Amino acid sequence: MALELQGLSVRYGSFAAVSDVDLSVADGEVVALLGPSGCGKSTLLRAVAGLERAAAGSIRWDGTDLAGVAVHRRDFGLVFQDGQLFPHRDVAANVAFGMRMHHVDKADRSARVDELLKLVGLEGYGERRVTELSGGEQQRVALARALAPKPRLLLLDEPLSALDRALREQLAVDLAALLRATGTTALVVTHDHDEAFTLADRVALMQAGRIRQVGPPDEVWRHPADDVVAGFLGCTTFVPARADRDLVTSSLGEIALPGSGNGTVLLGLRANALRTDPGGFVHGEVVQRLHRRDHARLLVQLSGDGVPSGPVEAVAPVAGAPEPGDAIRLALDADGIALTGLAV
Amino acid sequence: MSNAAPRLVLLLLALVPVGFLGLFFAWPVVSIVGIGLGGSGVTEVLTSGDTWRLVAFTLGQAAAATLVAVLMGMPLAYVMARCKLPGVGLVRTLILVPFVLPTVVVGLAFRSLLPDGGVLSIVLANAFFNVAVVARTVGGLWAHTDRRAEEAARSLGASRWRAFTSVVLPAIAPAVGSAAAVVFLFCATSFGVVLMLGGARYRTLETEIYLRTVDLFDLPGAAALSILQVVAVIAVLLVGAFARRRRETALKLRGRTETAKRPVGAEWIIVGAALLVVIALLVPIVGLITRSLTTMDGWRALAGTGDEGTLEVPAWQAASNSIRAATDATILAMLLGVTAAVVLSQLRRGRAVLGETLDLALMLPLGVSAVTVGFGYLVTLGDLPFDLRTSPLLVPFAQALVITPLIVRTVLPVLRAIDERLRQAAGTLGAGPFRVWREVDLALAWRSLIAAAGFGYVVALGEFGATSFLARPDAPTLPVAIARLISRPGELNNEMAYAACVVLMLVTVVAVVAIERLTPAVGEF
Repeated sequence: MALELQGLSVRYGSFAAVSDVDLSVADGEVVALLGPSGCGKSTLLRAVAGLERAAAGSIRWDGTDLAGVAVHRRDFGLVFQDGQLFPHRDVAANVAFGMRMHHVDKADRSARVDELLKLVGLEGYGERRVTELSGGEQQRVALARALAPKPRLLLLDEPLSALDRALREQLAVDLAALLRATGTTALVVTHDHDEAFTLADRVALMQAGRIRQVGPPDEVWRHPADDVVAGFLGCTTFVPARADRDLVTSSLGEIALPGSGNGTVLLGLRANALRTDPGGFVHGEVVQRLHRRDHARLLVQLSGDGVPSGPVEAVAPVAGAPEPGDAIRLALDADGIALTGLAV
Repeated sequence: MSNAAPRLVLLLLALVPVGFLGLFFAWPVVSIVGIGLGGSGVTEVLTSGDTWRLVAFTLGQAAAATLVAVLMGMPLAYVMARCKLPGVGLVRTLILVPFVLPTVVVGLAFRSLLPDGGVLSIVLANAFFNVAVVARTVGGLWAHTDRRAEEAARSLGASRWRAFTSVVLPAIAPAVGSAAAVVFLFCATSFGVVLMLGGARYRTLETEIYLRTVDLFDLPGAAALSILQVVAVIAVLLVGAFARRRRETALKLRGRTETAKRPVGAEWIIVGAALLVVIALLVPIVGLITRSLTTMDGWRALAGTGDEGTLEVPAWQAASNSIRAATDATILAMLLGVTAAVVLSQLRRGRAVLGETLDLALMLPLGVSAVTVGFGYLVTLGDLPFDLRTSPLLVPFAQALVITPLIVRTVLPVLRAIDERLRQAAGTLGAGPFRVWREVDLALAWRSLIAAAGFGYVVALGEFGATSFLARPDAPTLPVAIARLISRPGELNNEMAYAACVVLMLVTVVAVVAIERLTPAVGEF
């Protein structure tokens, strides 16, 4: 393992921002720390960078404890949410900064600057002032600057959160490709599911200073460790059910869910877990309708034995979507369902 | 920071200004307090009706001058903050000139303007100095206050005036309060102009301390008055610090360019008022120049010692003394001020109380009477192993004490404005603590460092309070020489004083313009 955290805790006074965290990142792996704001994920990242002192536990790199190693000797690159480019230097000098600190000679520096600017899609931007760049361009320069000295580990703190949605999606895809292409070992902090799932080989879910679950994106998405994690991953309604050889039966009908096995399970329903279906098992009445880009979102009051008492979300096609007051039938859709359990 | 070394370095750095302040500020002032408390001086002074008349006059004239400065400063603040007009930059620079003009120059200018001025001329001269403090402090905040709150109020049916009183004024009130506190402090401890314009007739605590020490040699009485003054100054500083703190936390600030617009309608009235203020500020300056040019005798006489040897050395030598002392003082004050600013900018995180206290301690020399300090030097410095009292470094030390707070106030806001994460980014890229400071702090703040040095130099050049106390008769600075010239009869002395004042003023103006070209924002008071 390249990076290994054991029992790591960080405190601000009496407040434990990070409690007893174990986490590892393998060489060349990208791990995302995903959690709501204030869950301690940025603090954890800053502790790894050497910007916060650990109250307990250890941070190791290739087996070596980093406790006494100062920030500038850790050789970890860091990208902030809002770039934090040096405003008094141009793009090239920003990118070259780390290499200058590492005494790389001038010719090699400028060759590497060109290489990196090309890599982040900003070829020829070297002499621009950083204050003239757009937010997306600034983040690209920040990324190039962090990668330039070839850090052992790249730390990204909400790297795309300050950008608008369209740009964020584009940049997330670019960033994922770039991290793969360069074989960079990285730890990414984000509160955005899409970002985490696009970038990471493994996702670590964090809440209230603790890591609740670690796993590959699809596993975490489909099998959240408990209802709290599932809640953070978009599940709004929970329904108890029985599984029998991967066939799950609940008050909302039957559905085949691979991996559910046998016994009692808890279904976490996301907004798209129920779809309008004339032959559907569940009956209900539309309370509210909202138009979305490619579908209509409904709020439905269900009727029947053991169904959730409050209104639940469901989706309908845009064409012919039912009106509030209409009686409709709904069917389960495996895509919107997570298999989980109750938090202990 | 996770490693202990920088913290230790920071602590050692802090010892430099703290040590200097302790030795050359706290000790002298405390000694004076001790002398004052020692005898029966305090009770005698505190029970005397004269003392309270003195206090009343000191506070009264300071309050009046503060009011005038605020009234004059507000239209300027508005124009600087909200108006997109040609010449606003020039106004910013121009109004800074009175603030750094030597007190003797201003004193003389008002004397030639209002020959039998008395209280009125004291109030006006003190206000004249401080209009810039109000305009720039309030204007600075105003420029960064969101205009949309005002627009929202107007859209909800508030008149222009109502929107101002209910939305704008509460937003900028902390700046007005903090500026007023500082101005009040400056006016209450103002020495040069009061001495020159009030003479023995109108005395404040500050000039009374001087007169009692120098003319009457009543040390316990002077010391008792100093105690009164120190207590008052600390009280005012606390009020100012409180207002500043509120300003830093309470507002959402925006860039200036977003809030400045071309004035419309009734706003032109305010622009007109601001123009009148600028003209009013120019009157004493222009008057002084005109007066000095009526005859060339004074200019020629600068090579000599005045009527019947009023001065012990020729005026040009006093000028060279001034230059030397101001240079030494600036170097020393930069050392102290920049160190203090670095420590303060690093301390802020998580240690607000400690930072606030240190901040306040550094402001104290600005408020405590320079006369008290000078007096304290005479009392204490003989006890040091090396006798500073006869050293040519004595004057620079005192001047450094006066200008260090100005340097801190100029450099600190710039260092504080640097995002901590910028330093952290440099750190993760491999820069050690010292390298981070060089590559980030120094690279971003060098302009303000030069501005601070220039600013400090000009003020040291014009410093009068402490210098008049400490400069030996055979080595006066130019302001001291000017004061001596006008205290003696003789037309030639007068002419010389005017010429010398114009020289000092020109140096000041050139320096201020140069500083302003270098940095758009000097100082936060």
